[in-house]
Amino acid sequence: MKKIQILGTGCAKCQKLAAVANEAAKALGVPYELQKVTDLKEIMSFKVMSTPALVVDGQVKLTGRVPTVDEAKQLIS
Amino acid sequence: MKLSPFIFRRWLVTLAGMAVWLALYLGLAPASRWLTYDLLRLEPGRHLSAAVEFFVFETPKVLLLLTIVVFAVGIVRSYFTPERTRRMLAGRRESTGNVLAALLGVVTPFCSCSAVPLFIGFVTAGVPLGVTFSFLISAPMVNEIALVLLFGLFGWKVAALYLGTGLVIAIVAGWIIGRLRLERHVEDWVYATTSEANGATDERLDFAARVAAGREAVRDIVGRVWPFVVAGIAVGAGIHGYVPENFMASIMGRDAWWSVPLAVLIGVPMYSNAAGIIPIVQALLGKGAALGTVLAFMMSVIGLSLPEAIILRQVLKLPLLLVFFGVVALGIMVVGFLFNALL
Repeated sequence: MKKIQILGTGCAKCQKLAAVANEAAKALGVPYELQKVTDLKEIMSFKVMSTPALVVDGQVKLTGRVPTVDEAKQLIS
Repeated sequence: MKLSPFIFRRWLVTLAGMAVWLALYLGLAPASRWLTYDLLRLEPGRHLSAAVEFFVFETPKVLLLLTIVVFAVGIVRSYFTPERTRRMLAGRRESTGNVLAALLGVVTPFCSCSAVPLFIGFVTAGVPLGVTFSFLISAPMVNEIALVLLFGLFGWKVAALYLGTGLVIAIVAGWIIGRLRLERHVEDWVYATTSEANGATDERLDFAARVAAGREAVRDIVGRVWPFVVAGIAVGAGIHGYVPENFMASIMGRDAWWSVPLAVLIGVPMYSNAAGIIPIVQALLGKGAALGTVLAFMMSVIGLSLPEAIILRQVLKLPLLLVFFGVVALGIMVVGFLFNALL
């Protein structure tokens, strides 16, 4: 079970990243769980400085931008 | 560096793109005259023909400029991640720190929605509070899209004034905030947060990836703002052709001293992206409003906003937030008065 987290306080880019991550994970066909982290203190506990950020199994994979679906697939797998 | 055929082709495409860009740009003036007077058979000297020529010339010109600048800025920005900027500013003394922070604010990718994580990341890594503010002020206020539009529509002098005064406000306002020693007005939990650099985000890119980042920026930014640009130029064209000169001179002219504080007062609660504000700037200037007043209005709209204040309230106690907005608003007013007096 992959645990995918989207860090962001709810801006437009965060929604987009969530959608891209969702699509990528579906395309990979692995079981996964997607969670949006919007609480500021929780976001800061990942030590990121720009949102949105993509976290897979507790590891920060990408910050500050929205990847393409192909890129997201690589980051998630 | 070894050139694979794939990369070689990419370079060819990029170079060809630049050649096409240059040809289009140089051909614009004759093409727009031909379109207006030969193809549409409009009579020179009429209101309508002046408006049409303005529109068919300015729209592609500004869009072309926007594309090339966003492309270039996209490449430049791939060198400046927030993490790297923070490393350059950490432990820096004030004054040099303020200048560097304001300059880095222009080139570091920044979105006001991540202002808070950035603020926390900076202050907990030892970037002085005033230096952090210089960055937070210049990042939204000195905006590359506004710069291009001002250059395209009003010439390099107005664009340079905007860039120069924006940087000066960021430097001075940040320095003042630093001198006031307001660290105790940062919310307490902020300094309790630890934030070592996160290794995962430091990507190493080759130049092809940076060019790709530039293209990505063009697709994202130009794709998003072009309707605003076209609408803005249409408004500008109408004014250019129809509205009598000096229409706004009595209300927003340089003789009405109160117009500068009023412009800032109206501008601060407003929020708009840079592309949306330029049509208004153009409308006001076209009707005879003074440059200082208009510049002050524009800076207060894109530099300070109510949504940003609400976001920042999570990390700043009210007195500091008020000082921040007060100092910047004051700086913008000084710029407005200065230009109305000098020009």
